[in-house]
Amino acid sequence: MNTIKGVVVGHGGLAAALIGAVEQISGAGSGLVAISNTDCDRGTLEERILAAATPGPAIVFIDMPSGSCHFAAMRRMQAMPGVRIVTGVNLAMLLEFIFRREGEVDELADHLVQVGARAVMAH
Amino acid sequence: MPLRLFRVDDRLVHGQVVLGWGRPLAARFIVLVDDAVRQSAWEQDLYRMAVPDDVSIIFASAAEAVSHLAEWNADPRPGMLLTADLATMAVLHDAAPGVVREINLGGLHHRPGRAERLRYVYLAAPDEALLRRLAHDGARIVAQDLPTAAAIDLETLLR
Repeated sequence: MNTIKGVVVGHGGLAAALIGAVEQISGAGSGLVAISNTDCDRGTLEERILAAATPGPAIVFIDMPSGSCHFAAMRRMQAMPGVRIVTGVNLAMLLEFIFRREGEVDELADHLVQVGARAVMAH
Repeated sequence: MPLRLFRVDDRLVHGQVVLGWGRPLAARFIVLVDDAVRQSAWEQDLYRMAVPDDVSIIFASAAEAVSHLAEWNADPRPGMLLTADLATMAVLHDAAPGVVREINLGGLHHRPGRAERLRYVYLAAPDEALLRRLAHDGARIVAQDLPTAAAIDLETLLR
């Protein structure tokens, strides 16, 4: 079974900061790849994501639904076998991912959505 | 009420547009003019998600926009019109120069062949020629990513 690649795409320095926090918490290299939308147009951002995520299997984590990063990933990879796009990335989701990345990509993506959603709460 | 903003931004609908401009202008509708998006159901779905519930969004091709521009401009609600590129905005200006009088450059980002003019405006030589032509034809060209930022006129932008 292949190891699933993890690519985090976000505005500004968000992706790198999230990965830095994951590695700080886990105490190990995460293997996650950070991609920023800073200083690039649509086409360049699409190419960066495509290069990092393919060949799959891969999960592309996006910071915000309907943002430029989401559009860029969707344009090139929404129908690509073995690649799933997950929006609303958070730390809980990424920590779960790095310890479960040997599974089936579709199953894992659905599981990570649940983990990420459970991490959002109000008290 | 005339359309309050004609903006060229290669990201089309995003936070700067919806919040940065939409709130101070009290925009109640957005017209997104883009031939590719007009044909793409999934892109329209994502753009709808990016717009607040009390703001409606209309998707139009350039040809449809030319036909409906006067109607949108007469809408009693404040509205904004967006294109992803200069060429599409030029089509609208040429069709209705009395409506598209001021063009906001809000985001033309880096790509090969373009040179940086502002952090959010990169232009190639044909882009500059088109902007000069639009200005010559009466359009006021202003680069301004957010209403709280300084407005840069074309002469300053291309200096």
